[in-house]
Amino acid sequence: MDAQTPLRDMLDVLCPMNVIVDADGAICNVGPTALRIFGGYSPVKKSFFDVFEVARPRDITCTQSLRAAAGRKLHLHLHASQKRALKAVAVPGPGPDEITVNLSFGISVIDAVRAHALTAADFAPTDLAIEMLYLMEAKSAAMEASRGLSRRLQSARAQAEQQALTDTLTGLSNRRGLDAMLAEMLAEGEEFALMHVDLDYFKAVNDTLGHAAGDFVLQRVAEILRSEVRSHDTVARTGGDEFVLLLRQVAEPPILDQIALRMIERLTQPIPFEGEDCQISASAGTTLTSYYEVADAERMITDADLALYASKNAGRARHTFYTEDLRARMVERRGAGAGNDGAASSAPEVQGDVA
Amino acid sequence: MHGLVNKAIQSFVIDNYGATQWSAVVRVAHPGCTEFEAMWTYEDAITPRLLEASSDVLDRPYPELMEDIGAYLVSHPNLEPLRRLMRFGGMDFEDFLYSLDDLPDRARLAVADLELPRLDLRELGEGRYVLSCEGKIDGSGHLFLGLLRAMADDYGALVTLDHQGVQNGVEQVSITLLEAAFAEGREFELGVRA
Repeated sequence: MDAQTPLRDMLDVLCPMNVIVDADGAICNVGPTALRIFGGYSPVKKSFFDVFEVARPRDITCTQSLRAAAGRKLHLHLHASQKRALKAVAVPGPGPDEITVNLSFGISVIDAVRAHALTAADFAPTDLAIEMLYLMEAKSAAMEASRGLSRRLQSARAQAEQQALTDTLTGLSNRRGLDAMLAEMLAEGEEFALMHVDLDYFKAVNDTLGHAAGDFVLQRVAEILRSEVRSHDTVARTGGDEFVLLLRQVAEPPILDQIALRMIERLTQPIPFEGEDCQISASAGTTLTSYYEVADAERMITDADLALYASKNAGRARHTFYTEDLRARMVERRGAGAGNDGAASSAPEVQGDVA
Repeated sequence: MHGLVNKAIQSFVIDNYGATQWSAVVRVAHPGCTEFEAMWTYEDAITPRLLEASSDVLDRPYPELMEDIGAYLVSHPNLEPLRRLMRFGGMDFEDFLYSLDDLPDRARLAVADLELPRLDLRELGEGRYVLSCEGKIDGSGHLFLGLLRAMADDYGALVTLDHQGVQNGVEQVSITLLEAAFAEGREFELGVRA
């Protein structure tokens, strides 16, 4: 009986992945778990370096260099399987000229356990591998539950957004909110003005100063529009830089003109953002329920739009009322290309060039 | 209370008795809510109400209900991941019993704010043990009794279990391990993800 047998038995319990190399570099003992990775055949009597390749450090190719690397962390793999990466440490002993190499799966323990059908009995009782596998499964179960929750929240949010009546960026009504309010006011037979306000040069702010600046400008615009109307009026953001106002119980065009021009004037003031001035302007077009025998939401929006484009064509920063004439001109212009439609529009006293 | 606990009760009722019964339970215990989220936190008072309502609606005495829930947690196919996590505790049933002391800490490693009943296993010798369960919810002893019975089946061990009542707010469950390898038990591979 080999004098080293009791020590080898100890090693097989403490380090079941040990491989002992003799003075000639031949494998003379393989721990029970190390044996599992050879899939049934025993590498005993084979040369250690025929079975294993030491990847790091690179120059370990003989027993002398292996002995010299005692205590260092080694990266190895089987010649037979480049994929099975192993960590190892070599120490002299237990026999006088022997070297014990203790292997470990390192981070690939999860794959190794599957590939070699390892059980808890294959690991030393003090090995943390089982705890690591437990944690991995526990964490993936918890993660899966969290992912499920995120998915549900995301779809609930999308649904809520779809049903929302408010624009989240500005706090104004959104298109849905506007449509609902407009339908209600028309059904009640209320007298009101519908004003379409469109920002000029907003795209330039977004492009040159970024989306954060653009968002800031939209919020500031919303504040200005809100502050220029009464609390029972509706201000909606209906597109990127488009706004629609429903102004209740104002039938006199001069008052509406005044409101519009004051808004445009305020919107033309530079808006400071992080040390830069954001320069925008606005154009507006208005129609009134009193223009129609039977006011209709879609018709009013189209007409306010026509008036708005008349303002834009007249040089921006203007306000125009809808007229039958505008509609006739639009019909005329179709196919003939756009020209100055010459609609009656008014512009505020604006300092500086806004173009 | 951690949402996982309420969600477990919900799954138990739905998987065993159906969604209609669950609606009846939740209508009594927590009106306005139809289901619980595992990763949210709920008021502590909701959980006991859910259990009492389940006992009433399902017409199951409270201790038996708790036992059923305990067994359900580690044996129902929908909760296979939980069974696997329990099996990581030990190689055989005795090993598993020894791991119970660590169970609350293990649970916390997985879900940091999950608080399980405090467990303490006393060894009386000759395969006899007493497990003390001290939890926020009444009947944690019955819950663990059901859970241990299912885990014994899982390991193929033959055991007798008995609820010994409550001492100073701590429920006592006696365990007698008659034969560790009585039956085949269910398979457990370390490396297979459920």
